[in-house]
Parts: sequence; C-alpha cells; structure tokens
Amino acid sequence: MSVRRLAAKQPEGFAFTPENLEWAKAQIEKYPQGREASAVLALLWRAQEQMGGWLPEPALRYVGDMLGLAPIRVYEIATFYTMFNLAPVGRHYVQVCGTTPCWLRGADAIKDTCRKLIGAPGHVTEDGLFSWTEVECLGACVNAPVAQINKDYYEDLTPESLTQILAELKAGRAPKPGPQNGRQASAPLGGPNTLTDPELYSREEADDAMPAPPLADAAPKKPGAAQRERSAAKQAGTGRKSRSK
Amino acid sequence: MLQDKDRIFKNLYGLHSWRLKAARARGAWDGTKKIIERGHEAIIDEVKASGLRGRGGAGFPTGLKWSFMPKQSDGRPSYLVINADESEPGTCKDRDIMRHDPQLLIEGALLAAFAMRAHVSYIYIRGEFIREREILQAAIDEAYDAKLIGKNNVNGWDFDLYLHHGAGAYICGEETALLESLEGKKGMPRLKPPFPANVGLYGAPTTVNNVETIAVVPDILRRGAAWFASLGRPNNTGTKIFCISGHVNYPCNVEEEMGIPLRELIDRYAGGVRGGWDNLLAVIPGGSSVPCIPARECDDLPMDFDSLKALRTGLGTAGVIVMDKSTDIIRAISRLSYFYKHESCGQCTPCREGTGWMWRVLERMARGEAEKAEIDMLLDVSYQVEGHTICALGDAAAWPVQGLIRHFRHVIEERIDALAVKPIAPSVPVAAE
Repeated sequence: MSVRRLAAKQPEGFAFTPENLEWAKAQIEKYPQGREASAVLALLWRAQEQMGGWLPEPALRYVGDMLGLAPIRVYEIATFYTMFNLAPVGRHYVQVCGTTPCWLRGADAIKDTCRKLIGAPGHVTEDGLFSWTEVECLGACVNAPVAQINKDYYEDLTPESLTQILAELKAGRAPKPGPQNGRQASAPLGGPNTLTDPELYSREEADDAMPAPPLADAAPKKPGAAQRERSAAKQAGTGRKSRSK
Repeated sequence: MLQDKDRIFKNLYGLHSWRLKAARARGAWDGTKKIIERGHEAIIDEVKASGLRGRGGAGFPTGLKWSFMPKQSDGRPSYLVINADESEPGTCKDRDIMRHDPQLLIEGALLAAFAMRAHVSYIYIRGEFIREREILQAAIDEAYDAKLIGKNNVNGWDFDLYLHHGAGAYICGEETALLESLEGKKGMPRLKPPFPANVGLYGAPTTVNNVETIAVVPDILRRGAAWFASLGRPNNTGTKIFCISGHVNYPCNVEEEMGIPLRELIDRYAGGVRGGWDNLLAVIPGGSSVPCIPARECDDLPMDFDSLKALRTGLGTAGVIVMDKSTDIIRAISRLSYFYKHESCGQCTPCREGTGWMWRVLERMARGEAEKAEIDMLLDVSYQVEGHTICALGDAAAWPVQGLIRHFRHVIEERIDALAVKPIAPSVPVAAE
C-alpha cells in the first residue's frame, strides 16, 4: 500500500468539456443498466487528461455525481489506483520502473539521471515541463530499463539516451518511443532468430508485411486526440458507441 | 525445438501489420463459423483434450474451468472476462499479443464466449498500456466493421466485446479483484467461494482467463487438440511465450514448446547468460512470485509446470528473470518485497503488515545489519503470511523470501558476519520502523 492524499491546493470547480462529456457518456454505455459505476476509472482517466495530468478534488465530485456515486467512493478509488495523480505533474511525466528486472539492468542509473536533470521525485520543474517518479513493474521487462513518459514507453534506456529524450522533449520535439537501442520490440538485439520462415507470410500482401502505423497522439495530453484522429479517419463516431446503441 | 509453422503468434515482434487484413492473411478468422457450428460442448471437449492449462500463472486446466459455467441460464447472463492486467514482474507477453496480434485475442474471445454461452466479454487491460489499448480498440473496431463480432455477425453467435482500462494496480490481476475493479470499486479480492463461475461480474456467472490462454484457442480449434497436445510434455502441452529478462546478452520474448530446457532457452534465444553459463547465480523461472532457484539446479531443467513444481518453484507466467554472479541477491529479492508491499491492497492484516515487515527486515539484511536468528524469524513470518490471506498476493510475497533463505542463507550470514565488528546484544526483536 502507499499513502496517497489529495493536494492541499485545489481549483474552484471542474466540468468536462463538451467533447469529453460526449466521450464519457459513450463509456457509460459499455456497461449494463444500473452498473454505471463501472465507468468510474474511464471517467477519472479522462478528467485527469483534461486537467493536464492530475485529478483535483472537484473532478472527483463531478465524476461521482455523473455516475450516482457517493464522493467517498470516488475518493477511495482515486487514492487506491496509483496512476491517478492527486497533485499536479509536469507536462512530461516520467515514470521510471524500478522493480527487479529493470533494477538488474540499471534502473538505478536511470533514476539518478532523473534526479540530476529533473530533481527529487514529485518535484515539477519551474518551466512546468517535467516531473518524475519511480513506479512498479511496467510490464516491458525484456526491454529493461523502461520509463513511461505520458502515454509512451521508452525502452532499453541508458542514462545517455534518457538525457537525449528529455532534451528533445524540452525542445518541443517528439522523440521516438520504444526501444532506444535500435531493436525491434521484444525481439533480441540484432534481429529475431525465430519466425523467419517466409511461408508463414506467403498470403500477406506488400502492405501487410510492414508494421502498421502507430496511433500516436500528436499532443499526448490533449483530451480525446487519439479518438478524434481515428474518427476523422473513419468519418464516423467512435465505432463502439454507435454500435452499442 | 519448435518449428516456425507450429508457432501460434506469427507477429510476436510486430514486424508485420497488426491490422485485420494482415492478420487474416496469417490465418486468423479462418473457418471460425465452422468451429462454432460444432457446438458448445464440442469446443470445450476439444480444449480439454488439448491439455491447455491457463497461461496466467496458476496453470489450471482451461477446458475444465470452462465446464464450470452453467449450461442453462437462470435468467442471469454469463460473462467472459479477459485478464489483460499483465503486471507480474518479469512478464511482458500479453503486451505483445495485444499490440501485434490482437485479432487472435478477439477471435479467441468469440470462441471462448460461445463455448460458455456468453454474449458479452470484457477485456481488462492494465492502466499503463495506453498505446496497447489504442491498438486493441482499433482492432476491435475493425472486427465489428467486418461483422466478425457484434450483433448478427457472420459467425452466428451474437457477441459484444468491450475494453476496460485499469489504472495501475497489480492486485487487479487477481481474478476477483479484477471483477471488483470492473464493477467500479477498489480492487480488493473477494472471498471464494462463491467462485466466479457461480457469482462473478455483477453477480452473474463469469470466467476469467488470461490473454495468452484465450489467444491460443483459435489455433487449437483450427489445427486440432492432437496437434497442440503433441507439443510439449504430458500434462504440460502446447507452446508458451517465454519472457527472458535480466542478465542475458539479448533479452527477448520467444514462443517455444513447453518443457524446453532452461539452458537451451537462454543460450539459443537470449544469447546466453552475461559472461557465460558459469557466471549464472540464480534464476526466477516464472515471474517474481515464484521462489528463485540457484544455478546448480538450472542445468537440465525442463521449463514446464510439473518440473518446476518439483523444484519447489513454479512456471507461473514464464517470465524468466536471470541473475548473474554480479547480482546482490538479497537486494534483488528485497526490491521484490518492496513491490509486494507497494501493491498489497491492504485488506488482510498478514499481507498488509507482513509485506512491509519482510521488506524492512530484508533491507537491513542487505546491509548486514541483522542478527542471524532473524533469518529464521523472517522465514517464520513468511510462513505466517503464506496461506493466511484472501488472495494469493500474500503467498506471492512470501515465496521469493522463502526461496532466498532456502538457497542463499549463506549469503545473508556472510553479510551479517562482515558487518559484525561489534556483536549486537541479543535483544528484543527489531520490528520494523
């Protein structure tokens, strides 16, 4: 367990933007009638994105009201799930994995780099750009050490590559997520030594034999960006929503 | 050695497209309707015959689990819930399935739901997997658009599949905690019985399966139980994605036959142990929750459920964490203890208090600031945590500590000796803080 408290300084109020409100209603529709509470995590996520990465107290009340939940039910959820930030974070929020598989491959040096470049864990830099924290296993152990920056995983890190990534972010560029040592996903460095039989892929067409383009949001924290990009591409609302009606 | 044609996850490394068209070219959704026409019981019998055991860690026979679901509804719906809350340290297989081969999971979800007479399924994906969620949702949308799932789909079984995004809690990988979380509560495990097959999600019959378990089902049904059962060893059949992390030259994921010798797995696929096989200190063979084993037990070790159980460890999720001789083994296990302290939900006293206590004692032991009598005390406490909690997190926190003391007691003793310039008076047990 970890002790988590609401921030001392809170904004006046909170309300979803119209588009987030619409998105939230679609989320609630995923669950059977009378089970609206199931959508609480999804709505808190969206509220956190709208607030630039943290959940103020009014947002908890707002989400509770929307779902018919007592405020205490939402508080206990927000304090239980560690991805909900209860105090402001930097625009680029760096979560460094420190659990044993990453530790074995040098997570301590990654943490030291963060301490040097950003400061103490939880400290937001003066320009508001960065803050960092140590998290538990991110689930990318064969690509250790790993850090998650906003939505993206940066893998196979070294102090040098992390320094480079932070510098690029600071300059407003978008560094390439994934392995930083040139390997392909979870394949061994130097290329896969399995799945090399061309027969497996004989029915694929040329464009299938390439990794599909990522669905990356251009501005990671802008609410609904991924959803909007996809809907724009498909000229339809969110696929799930229109169908579940 | 497994041949490429027998591998189920043909896009494990994401070198090819994850989109529906490419997945179909690799064999997904081939003859799904015909499989469904075989009927509910025939599918369950085929999965039973394949010998498939759950890939989420416990290794429970999947066909048997499915057969616990009611054949006749009493008015409540049945649910299939897919556990994609992959967060066991050392494990990163489901992530690759979801981001690179999502259609296998979606097809498997339809088939498993049909076998259990469920029309609705939820996939609970861990909070950190945001990109994976985006891809999986897009893949689900593609399957809906192609009428492969949904109402009146071409496969003849109405089926809705929803993605539910978690928010960072290891405990939600425990099936009843996952159901609580899915219902919009804190992820605190439920007492069993009643088991989820009787009272699960929203009080209705529910089966919770791991992502990998579900994703291998279509291939089993397409290629036949006999094919799957011919791979691996008796009672430990089929293929498995192994995640090899830690002190190896080329850490990687690889799909191999169950029962592959550990040494072959590490040498052939992960480029060997850093500094050579003789530099191996210990291996945690199945994700952080299972006890570590020392190098001397690793030479001819088949990687399957039964062989590892015989060594008092387990296959778990097949997350192989390799540690070479440069490793401070006490610190390595202590860091795992911190993980369990951090992730304990706080519901049961032995786990809430015990995980923190064990971590703090281990931290002292890592510095040598302990008494030798405390080693047995730590072992005793670990046995008091194990088996005395609602869910298995207490056990999972106790086992790494027990493995450490079982195999590396001498390391702890040497460290205590090294620091013992002045003897510490045998005193009241130093509790924690």
